[in-house]
Amino acid sequence: MKCDVCDSEATVFLTQIINGQMTTVNLCDACSKAKGVTDETGFGLAEAFLSQPPPAISAETTCPACGFTAAQLKKIGRMGCPECYGTFREGLDGLLKSMHKGTRHVGKVPHQIVTQNALVGNLGHLREELASAVRDERYEDAARLKSEIDLLQAKLPSHA
Amino acid sequence: MRFTTLIKHPADWMKGSGPHSDVVMTSRVRLARNLRGFSFPGYSAERQRVELLELARPCVESLPEMTDGYSEEYTGLTKIRKQVLVERHLVSREHAARAAGCAVVVDRKQSLSIMINEEDHFRIQGIRAGLNLRSAYALVDKADTALESMLPYAYDDRLGYLTACPTNLGTGMRASVMLHLPSLVLSDQINPVIKAVGKIGLAVRGLYGEGTEALGNLFQISNQHTLGEKEGEIIAQIEKVIERVVSSEMNARQKLLEDSPTMLQDQVGRAFAILRYAHILTSKEALNLLSLLRLGADMDLIPNCDRSLLDMLLLEIQPAHLQLSAERELSPEERDARRAEITRARLQMLTGPSNVSASNSTSEEKPSDSNDE
Ligand SMILES: [Zn+2]
Ligand SMILES: [Zn+2]
Repeated sequence: MKCDVCDSEATVFLTQIINGQMTTVNLCDACSKAKGVTDETGFGLAEAFLSQPPPAISAETTCPACGFTAAQLKKIGRMGCPECYGTFREGLDGLLKSMHKGTRHVGKVPHQIVTQNALVGNLGHLREELASAVRDERYEDAARLKSEIDLLQAKLPSHA
Repeated sequence: MRFTTLIKHPADWMKGSGPHSDVVMTSRVRLARNLRGFSFPGYSAERQRVELLELARPCVESLPEMTDGYSEEYTGLTKIRKQVLVERHLVSREHAARAAGCAVVVDRKQSLSIMINEEDHFRIQGIRAGLNLRSAYALVDKADTALESMLPYAYDDRLGYLTACPTNLGTGMRASVMLHLPSLVLSDQINPVIKAVGKIGLAVRGLYGEGTEALGNLFQISNQHTLGEKEGEIIAQIEKVIERVVSSEMNARQKLLEDSPTMLQDQVGRAFAILRYAHILTSKEALNLLSLLRLGADMDLIPNCDRSLLDMLLLEIQPAHLQLSAERELSPEERDARRAEITRARLQMLTGPSNVSASNSTSEEKPSDSNDE
């Protein structure tokens, strides 16, 4: 049998089942090593062979943060930097639906984000109070609220 | 800790045993994590990778778990040493192929390893003996929480942890269990089991030899989805499925013992004889025979054969481990000879499969089993 990647004699025969679909991959020694197939940790395997529909993104889109292009994304199926997810967001949902259970994260949230979200929530609340204090001409309250808001805002990394 | 000290000692998971250790070799969980403001390693210049490494490595080394651990940048490792780390499951093959800007930090017990600049900035991996994904997750979860308090993670409210490959988005978690299923293979029941597991969103992998025979009868089951499910849910689902596969394998073992004891003893006996006396062993042959020997040990067909002896041997006879102990590069032929030499030595203290007396074995055998054709 021939290797699926090059034309050498295949020595590794891999069967993988994803969502009930069986895929068989035949590889030669060199290609199996290159793909990490003999590595029984095999973590990279799904990524290597899972055929994905290309995301619908206009070809000229380029990530402003890292310069990664839509063409590169289509070719290697990976992003250039974390900001790329914002850049290439259009068309991502369809891709995610095809490879995951859902399109929204429901798992662990970093502590920093939890604290930050709580801060942002507090901030919104204080701003409302400030507005109503100003409306009611309670200027002492307004001054106190304003300084509380400044304090909180200084704690946020992005000064949101 | 020095490389030689690390490797001299067996990892915790090799010595210990966990739930269902007779069928489940290891449970592993890895988390993919990245930092804000840096390109992913696959798309960054060497200078950027080195910069990230210099920022991140002290943080990783400062984790309490990593006290007295092993930390090494790949530029300081020979090819063989890197390969030994791969064979020990401490780093991935892909990671070992890289050089500048890449490093690995491993704890003393070799249960926790953190790869820096793999496909993602961090791959945090925990490994336990037997079926113990929860404990492996607890290990990586703790390290992850500690790291996150020191470094700015790339995280999105909707997509979760941002990873180089969209297949890892969300939890960034891959939980995987390595199974030894010789009886399901021997009794031709493996394919329906694999198909059933594959239908529920899990990936099953086996390295197949000719036909349907898996190398060493080893299979890996892992989650395919990382987005839209909680870590705990994913782990609970895999453990539930594994429990079922384990009981299928145990039933198959029982059935083999009842229906075809002669065939079973023949397979185990032949495996022992070859491993005990061979002078040339390819890794494929050794893997397949050791699988049968492990089955024999688990079923008490070989007296005083400790499972961990075989699991250690399985590791010792891999190419890089052989070359490390020989302290030089070996040709494939030399490796096969050395593999046989080590195997003979390790099995020397075993007395071999127990012999059932002739009268016993005939009374056990059902008439339908005698192959008088
Ligand atoms: Zn090839
Ligand atoms: Zn980018």
